[in-house]
Formats: sequence, structure tokens, C-alpha cells
Amino acid sequence: MTNAFPPEYYQLLEQIQAVDFVLCELTLYLDTHPSDNEAIQQFNYHSKQSRQLKRQYEEQYGPLMQYGMSYSSYPWNWKDAPWPWQV
Amino acid sequence: MWYYEKKLQYPVRVGECNPRLAKFLIEQYGGADGELAAALRYLNQRYSIPDKVIGLLTDIGTEEFAHLEMIATMIYKLTKDATPEQMKDAGLGDHYANHDHALFYQNAAGVPWTASYIQAKGDPIADIYEDIAAEEKARATYQWIINMSDDPELNDGLKYLREREVVHSQRFREAAQILIEEKDKKVFF
Amino acid sequence: MFTQRKYYTPYISPYDPCKPIEIKSYDTPPQLYIGMQPPGLPQYATAREALYRGTLWPLLYSPYSSPYERGEDDD
Repeated sequence: MTNAFPPEYYQLLEQIQAVDFVLCELTLYLDTHPSDNEAIQQFNYHSKQSRQLKRQYEEQYGPLMQYGMSYSSYPWNWKDAPWPWQV
Repeated sequence: MWYYEKKLQYPVRVGECNPRLAKFLIEQYGGADGELAAALRYLNQRYSIPDKVIGLLTDIGTEEFAHLEMIATMIYKLTKDATPEQMKDAGLGDHYANHDHALFYQNAAGVPWTASYIQAKGDPIADIYEDIAAEEKARATYQWIINMSDDPELNDGLKYLREREVVHSQRFREAAQILIEEKDKKVFF
Repeated sequence: MFTQRKYYTPYISPYDPCKPIEIKSYDTPPQLYIGMQPPGLPQYATAREALYRGTLWPLLYSPYSSPYERGEDDD
């Protein structure tokens, strides 16, 4: 079965990976530098950006998280392929 | 608790069907200095270490699971649809006989993962220094695998993972610094 | 000058059967030198570049390629 995603899928995914990577780096940094206010502001800015990008992604390609962290359309589409290692 | 996110941390690409490289990569899946051992080591140490470094252990431990998924993806892509003949030629005949294409928590020599890979001494300094050493050993393992791999796309992902070991080592070194700071010699605020 | 690789010349015996490597090297990446990371370090210009470097800060970036392929010259 070949039902490959369009190139736009990979571009949007990459944008999310990039923003979430900055959040990952800042998380570890802030764990050892809890008083760096500038880094906290950057963290909050990217956190907002990540949410916006993920809302856009989920509208087109389905939920990124579950246990209630994402909304579901009908029918339940969380369980749908492809999974991250398959794309 | 944990939430799963349906995406990889980094866009993993693999250039060609190459089960031989998968055989080497298993080292970082179920080996002593692999990603599974790292994740479980840090998350297990959290319960017996000063509060000010628990957050770091939690977050690095969590990131290691994202790396474990990247390694699994590489192995999956390198071996997906490989024939038994290709598996055999790659030195994975023993693996195929037992597991077909299933992944298994074992090292490159086929030794199953064991909890004795995880150090937990209960002494904060001993444990954090253990973690620094673990990151340096994982970095070295990535180097040796890159030295044997001729797949530039795979190497891109491996270099990313190696760089993450560098950053984690930096943070654990900072954690060691935080633990020895004189300002905490007395408990008062 | 700061380098991320150090070199040494091991003893070579006339009875070593493998072709000797005269100069050996090992990696000394940046985290060995930084101590506590100072606040406000320069960052990569875009999130995308940070992702592909594997770190947000150029100071922490450690390039690597096989020493057997690059014929030993570095950084």
C-alpha cells in the first residue's frame, strides 16, 4: 500500500521538530540555569509557536498525542498509521 | 506519568537497505552504553538524589527514549523487507533464526540487555560521574559506528545523536558543579 | 588554540604485524572545557539550523567524521 504523504507533510513535521528541539535544549539548560530570565522568555515564545504549529499539523494529519492531549475527530484516528518510524 | 508524541525527535533518513549496519546499530539499542540503558539509568537514579538535579535526570532520561526510538527507526529502515539471504549475508543469520525481523534488546554481539548495565550507587557524586562517563562512552560508540558506516544519510542521524551526548555530558558536568557548591553547606534560607 | 582532537605517537615495534599508524588521535569535544555554561551565549540563527547541528549553541557544537576517511586533519 503506497499512500505516501505529500512533501508539505515533511516540511511541517520538520518545522515542529526544529521548534521542539529548541524547547528540548532550553529545558535541559534551564534545569541547571533556573534564573536565566532571557532563556525563559525564549522558552515561552517557542512553546507558543510549537502549539500553533501542532494545531495546524493535527488539523491535516491527525493527533500527535493522546490521553486527551489532542482532540479527536470521528472516527477515532489516533491509532491510524503511519507511525513515526514508518514515514 | 509519560505522554507519547507521534513524531521522531529528528528526521531520520536511511540511504539503502543495509542489514550489516543494523547489526552494529543494535549496540546503541540494547548495549551497555546504549539508549535503553541510558534512559533507565537516569530515571532510576532520580529517587535517591538531591531535588535540585532530579529535573535534569528526568528530562535527559526522557530524551533518551526519543533517541531509542530513532535507533529503532534506523534499524527498522535498514532491515525492512530484507530477505533471509540478505540477513544471513549481513551476519544476522543468528538473529533471524531467533527473531525474524523483530528488534531485540541486545548488543552488537547478540548479548541480551541486562540491568547490571545500570549503575545506581545512591551516592549523588558517584551517580552523576557515572552519568558523565556513560555519555562519553555513548559518544565514543557513535564515533566507532560512524567510522564503519558508508551511508551519509544514516551518518547524519548518528552525528546528531553523538552531539546530543556532548550536550548531555555538559549538563551532567553542570549538575556535578551544582552538587558541590559551597553555598549549600548549611540548610537555611 | 582550541582543538577538538589531540594527537600522540605510539611506540612502534618491528614485530607489529599490522601496518602501523604512526600518529593516533582521540576526540576532546567542547564540554570538557566549558564548566558552567555562561548565560547569553550566541545561538544558531534558526531553530532549523540548531536541529541539524544537534545543539542550540555553536560553542557546544562538535563536528565529527571518520578519521580514517578524512586523512587526519581537523577543525
